[in-house]
Amino acid sequence: MRLFLLTIMNGLTLAALYFLVASGFTLVFGLMRNVNLAHGSLYLLGAYIGYDTADATGSWFLGVAAGFLSMSVVGLLLQIGVFRHMVGQELRQTLVTIGISIVLADLMLAIWGGKTYQFDPPDWLYGAIRLPLVRAYPIYRLALLGASIVIGIALWLFLNRTRIGMMIRAGVDDRAMLSASGVNTQRIFAITFALGAGLAGFAGVVGGTALSIAPGEDVRYLLASLVVVIVGGMGSVTGAAIGALLIGLAEQLGLAYSPTYGVVYTFLIMVAVLAIRPQGILGRPA
Amino acid sequence: MTALASSSAPSLALRLGLKPRHLVVAALLVIYPLLASPFWTVQIGAQILFLGVIALSLMFLAGYGGIVSLSQMTVAGCAGYMIAVIGTNSYNLGLGWPWWATIPAAIVIGTIFAVLIGIISVRTGGIYTIMITLAIGVAFFYFTRQNYAIFNGHSGFAGLQPPVLFGVSWRDPLPFYYLSLAIAALSYAAVLYVSRSTFGISLQAIRDNARRMNALGFNVNLHRVVAHGFAGILASLGGILYVWLNGRVSPGTIDIGPVINILVIAVLGGLRHPIGPFIGAALFVLLRNFAIDLIDPERFNTLIGLTFLIIVLISPDGLLGLWEKARGWVRSGGAAAGWRQKQG
Repeated sequence: MRLFLLTIMNGLTLAALYFLVASGFTLVFGLMRNVNLAHGSLYLLGAYIGYDTADATGSWFLGVAAGFLSMSVVGLLLQIGVFRHMVGQELRQTLVTIGISIVLADLMLAIWGGKTYQFDPPDWLYGAIRLPLVRAYPIYRLALLGASIVIGIALWLFLNRTRIGMMIRAGVDDRAMLSASGVNTQRIFAITFALGAGLAGFAGVVGGTALSIAPGEDVRYLLASLVVVIVGGMGSVTGAAIGALLIGLAEQLGLAYSPTYGVVYTFLIMVAVLAIRPQGILGRPA
Repeated sequence: MTALASSSAPSLALRLGLKPRHLVVAALLVIYPLLASPFWTVQIGAQILFLGVIALSLMFLAGYGGIVSLSQMTVAGCAGYMIAVIGTNSYNLGLGWPWWATIPAAIVIGTIFAVLIGIISVRTGGIYTIMITLAIGVAFFYFTRQNYAIFNGHSGFAGLQPPVLFGVSWRDPLPFYYLSLAIAALSYAAVLYVSRSTFGISLQAIRDNARRMNALGFNVNLHRVVAHGFAGILASLGGILYVWLNGRVSPGTIDIGPVINILVIAVLGGLRHPIGPFIGAALFVLLRNFAIDLIDPERFNTLIGLTFLIIVLISPDGLLGLWEKARGWVRSGGAAAGWRQKQG
């Protein structure tokens, strides 16, 4: 019973992390039809930059901010420098992001090496808290869970209650019509890309604190983002939340009860969803 | 094997209506190992040929079927793993079947795996296919790394080699090169043949307009799944050569790097014609072996990534596309004529 509850808690916190990474991915895809396969690289790069900042300033929060802001800028540069020039050429965009992720992964290895880095979160986030039934649980992971719920709600409010959010949703439905209504769609694209990339960088620091940062994490979170949005439905932030929950729980339950077949559960969920609803749980038919 | 390769080339050439220059290339490929050192024969020559075969399977899917599948290296790796799991390896973990049962079984299992991937991914199209096949590839990588019962986890298997047959050790440079050349030539001819068959023509029509083909009564999904199966045979053949040369197979064989490399090779060469993957493989292997003279060997991925980016940005059809452009340019009488044509 205790193992089960602990696994569920771990699954939930992992899901929170997956949601942070995948929500940016799905937002960018939903609006611009651009599969940004460099999304995992943004996660890792944000984590490294956040680590260096936190190391230099001694403030973990500055590290989080640096992770978010630096990746927002990178996302903005990607959108303005690359994607704006190949609107509608999906395959080409995908290939270009693959090329970028190869180069980024190699450059990160050159700069930060193969070492594993570990963040030092502030003292009040450190240690364990006593909970009923599971006894002790790391405070930091609970904070991560709380933070991602807050961010999820903020993202939902941003998309559903603000003017820019309204424009983004309109762009997801019909880009040409939004542009014809006099909205500067390029600016909307740039904002969305910066936000999506920034979330990846933010998740890098926050997730790197819960686990650790090392080469190869980019692929892990790219896979997580892919599976989460395939399951949840492309372009839907709520879908990403549902997908992240399913995948996070499946992964931890698999790890706890049948370690050598853990990945298979994730995979089976994806196949089952594709068989019943090819467009994902909350996705709309393409 | 030499005799077989050279005698089968002309007859196939005639049937496929090839020109003399193709025979010159074929003849050069056949005499190549007699001129080259063992390193150039195997590490460059054979490597280009079987990487080309794996990339060819992607070219077939992408070029004729419009299906960009990133799981071709995964299929190749699966067949390679089967050689170890069903046959013999140095850890004595294999089932120990004889070579004549192991090889066909590995190809069949690789192909079944490819068909399953096809069935899963066929329900989606375009960039979704890339995402799903990439997810399958990465998931399979993690699975082989975690699973000790079948795939022996992290360390994989070592001690894999081709059988000694007709008194020839097929691992030796010369026989291995000719074996790779024969399989590459057969795969190349098979892709050309299939692309011109009724099935190939309908597949290309589906690539151009799936909806219309559906309305005409063609079973679009079945065509795509069969295409995955055919590509799976090619990928399995390439994968078996791959593990035979390396002597081992491990999760690293099918890690995201090799998976992406196959895409890089196919796109570098060009997805329009089956010769593209081999040209791409040649550039890739030469760069990997000789980039050391240009840059820090550790930074090979930056070099190949940048090369890939440049090719994708300036020529979506790869080196073949560049070649076509250059030829069209020369034929139209240089820049001035080309400019006038554009104006006209």
